Amino acid sequence: MSRLKSMKRMGVILSSLAVGSFGIIAVASSSPAAASSGYQSQHAGGTLHLDATAAGGTLDPQVNYTLQYWQLYQATYDGLVSFQKVGGDPSFDVVPDLATAMPKVTNSGKTYTFTLRKGIKFSNGKTVTVADVLATFQRLFKVSNPNAGSWYNDIVGGPACVTTPATCKLTGGVVVNAATNSVVFNLIAPDSEFLDQLAVPFGSILPANTPAKDQGDTPIPGTGAYAFTSYNPNSALVMKRNTYFKVWSAAAQPKGYPDEIEMTFGLPVESEVTAVANGQADWIFDPIPADRLSEISTKYSTQVHVHTLTADWYAPMNVNIAPFNNLKARQAVNYALNKNSLVKLYGGTQLAVPTCTILPPAFPGYLKYCAYNSNSSSKYAGPDLKKAKALVKASGTFGAKVAVVAQNDPVDLSVGEYIQGVLNQIGYKATVKPLSQNIEFNYIQNTNNKVQISVTQWFQDYPAASDFLKVLLNCSGFHKGSDNSINIAGLCVPSIDAMEARAESLELTNPTAANKLWGQIDQTIMTTQAPWVPLFNPKLVDFIGKRVGNYQFSLQFYMYVDQLWVK
Amino acid sequence: MGEIGELPSAASAATSIAVKLTAVNSESPWRSSLQQLRRNRAAMVAFGVLLFMVTVTLLAPVYAHSIAHDNPFASNLQGRIKIGGHYRSVMQSNTQGLGLGVTPIGPTWNFSKYFLGADELGRDVFGRILYGGRVTLLIGFSSGLICIAVATVLGMLAGYFGRATDWIISRLLDIVWAFPIYLLAISLSVILVTSGLDLGIIHIGAGSLLLPILIIASVYVPYVARPVRGIVFSLKERDFIQAAIASGASDWHILRKEILPNVAPSVIVFFPLMVALNILTESALSILGIGVQPPQASWGTIINDGLQLLYTRPWVAIAPGLCIVVVCVALNILGDGVRDAFDPRAKLRGSI
Repeated sequence: MSRLKSMKRMGVILSSLAVGSFGIIAVASSSPAAASSGYQSQHAGGTLHLDATAAGGTLDPQVNYTLQYWQLYQATYDGLVSFQKVGGDPSFDVVPDLATAMPKVTNSGKTYTFTLRKGIKFSNGKTVTVADVLATFQRLFKVSNPNAGSWYNDIVGGPACVTTPATCKLTGGVVVNAATNSVVFNLIAPDSEFLDQLAVPFGSILPANTPAKDQGDTPIPGTGAYAFTSYNPNSALVMKRNTYFKVWSAAAQPKGYPDEIEMTFGLPVESEVTAVANGQADWIFDPIPADRLSEISTKYSTQVHVHTLTADWYAPMNVNIAPFNNLKARQAVNYALNKNSLVKLYGGTQLAVPTCTILPPAFPGYLKYCAYNSNSSSKYAGPDLKKAKALVKASGTFGAKVAVVAQNDPVDLSVGEYIQGVLNQIGYKATVKPLSQNIEFNYIQNTNNKVQISVTQWFQDYPAASDFLKVLLNCSGFHKGSDNSINIAGLCVPSIDAMEARAESLELTNPTAANKLWGQIDQTIMTTQAPWVPLFNPKLVDFIGKRVGNYQFSLQFYMYVDQLWVK
Repeated sequence: MGEIGELPSAASAATSIAVKLTAVNSESPWRSSLQQLRRNRAAMVAFGVLLFMVTVTLLAPVYAHSIAHDNPFASNLQGRIKIGGHYRSVMQSNTQGLGLGVTPIGPTWNFSKYFLGADELGRDVFGRILYGGRVTLLIGFSSGLICIAVATVLGMLAGYFGRATDWIISRLLDIVWAFPIYLLAISLSVILVTSGLDLGIIHIGAGSLLLPILIIASVYVPYVARPVRGIVFSLKERDFIQAAIASGASDWHILRKEILPNVAPSVIVFFPLMVALNILTESALSILGIGVQPPQASWGTIINDGLQLLYTRPWVAIAPGLCIVVVCVALNILGDGVRDAFDPRAKLRGSI
């Protein structure tokens, strides 16, 4: 999860939810129709050229935590279940993939029973068996999967595997039967998000003989429509059709269109935009530079797709050190920042929407309200500098020195400089501390660095309110002196934790009531604690080549690269 | 001996007696050199340009407060200005096509309103260039002075004392010399700009201008110290130094009264060239984001700001770039003039 945030630096962003008030600002032929519906063989063939400024790191699907490759894994790997390969809202639905059907859930939500499909082969020709499934989940711990300790340790035997990964057996946790082709997961406690966690690429089923260490640049065989055939992080990643692939569920793994998909690394993003404009590339992974937005928005409007993301840009304030260990000081900053100005810094109202809440709009549990506003509306109207200045004085923190930590890329740094200017306006002595993109996210988490306020982002892993509220603002996410203390504000309020636990347990029995409670938790945190300034919800711009057709967008994993037509 | 100390350079010195006769029979070599410099028209034009740039940047607050009436360090994202009777937003949202993107206002060519347009935060680029020039020139000159001073001391100590002192200093210089200058400067900057410098009682904050000044000064020390050491080595064998040693003069006296005056002309020649080099280095570091840190601005940081606006508002990057070119060319021409006047036979590494 935390790494998904840092993916944005490489131009990544996870999922969007285009329902309700936002919707997709689809521009070209973005269709919510199923990717799987009606394969049009006349469009099959050709090579799809993708550009990225840099490679996304290891190719191992159980280790890599970047959207850059998660997007590609959709066509190369399968789990027992997966997010449906369709456009629009249904792309958040989990469907059976290598399993014949959705699991049978018994034992009060603690046992999930799957039946593995027969006759499916990996790209190396080997048939997928239940032994591969067991080995996959053991390997997940052995390769120190980023979320092994936070997601998969719910499996019986999981905690022992986290402690001693090398000897991980998951005895009693994952029980397979070759005769019946069944796979049974036994959980320590009911987990309403377990299927979501199986459906992301970490749950990809790999051959049992895959070495139990990060495979780095070496492609691992998968079951998808494509297979990685070569990978050089300095030059290119190539995917070709998996010759052993046959469609078993178009909703889970449809047949792709291009014969070959090549992602080239190394061009600066400006050159990538030019390459797409000139027809030399079909898509760029990286965010479009600010000074090219107007150009592509006017000259190439039919090749542009804009989608709202379920993500936050926010400014966490450290509630444990001065001056933001004072609630009034935190509220003052919430009143002072002009989110309309911040939206301009991000590229304007077509690319971002001001927000007052922790949960993104249209997300499960979202409750529309705005606690710090220039009027009493639930929609953000503007800052209230007068009130902010009064709160700073009342808090007794006037004149305090504050350092705003921000990444040194153009947009983050601009946001940091803007916040610094506003803090000076309301009575603080603020400076900006720009940090390299590689270190800022971990730096602001570590309490030893005494970060007072910072600029950061969070992108969902899957559509669940807990993915924001519990992960980012729960005592369990606060670890003093650690680089992995994702509760950056350091907020640890037992009563809020208790509400979150109640909401989680409600999800299993009454999702509607659970979502309502999540909304209340969001409101409670912001009104009584104000640990963040929620800034805005960003949008994603896809710029595709003129020859490309059949653009489809998954809310979970974004554009389906394998469904694009180049013929 | 005092007259001998005023020679234009050690390299041009003959014997102490001959030089003494020359010095006695002519006007002061310093005055002569200065007159020669004054007669160099190109150098004087360059000096004038330099003086103009320094003066203009020093007037930055006057421009901001009395002419533009804005704060070039405060964002103005919601601001509007009146041009030709019409109000225009400082940050202009695109209304064409899909309406993506916000573009800062371009140059108005009106000194009282965003003469060179705005940057990504809606700040007045011209005002920032004036303020940025102060920082760039401050870093260039102060790091040049520090570099020259440290290098002169080290070069003189190594050249005069020789043996272990020379070995230690020379090896230290070799280590610095072995690194490509920019690699060393970038490495030091990446470390220090993030965390600041903490050496016992000395603490320099992460955003302090002292950091780029010290980093840039230190990486160029070998470039000056080595030639100085060579000059001192050669001076040490001269009769007038030997005579001073034989007469029982202290090392401190000889260094101060005999060596330093003979080294000074060469060092002076180095100064404008080092300032130009330092300005370029500061700009390079700032363009990379590891030089001058916000909220301070330098010409390099403004270029960095302008890189993201290169397609739509190229002046944000071009204008500070031109300023750097003008100042560095002026410093080089002036440096050539100084060399011709003070040390015509000097061969300097690092000319720009």
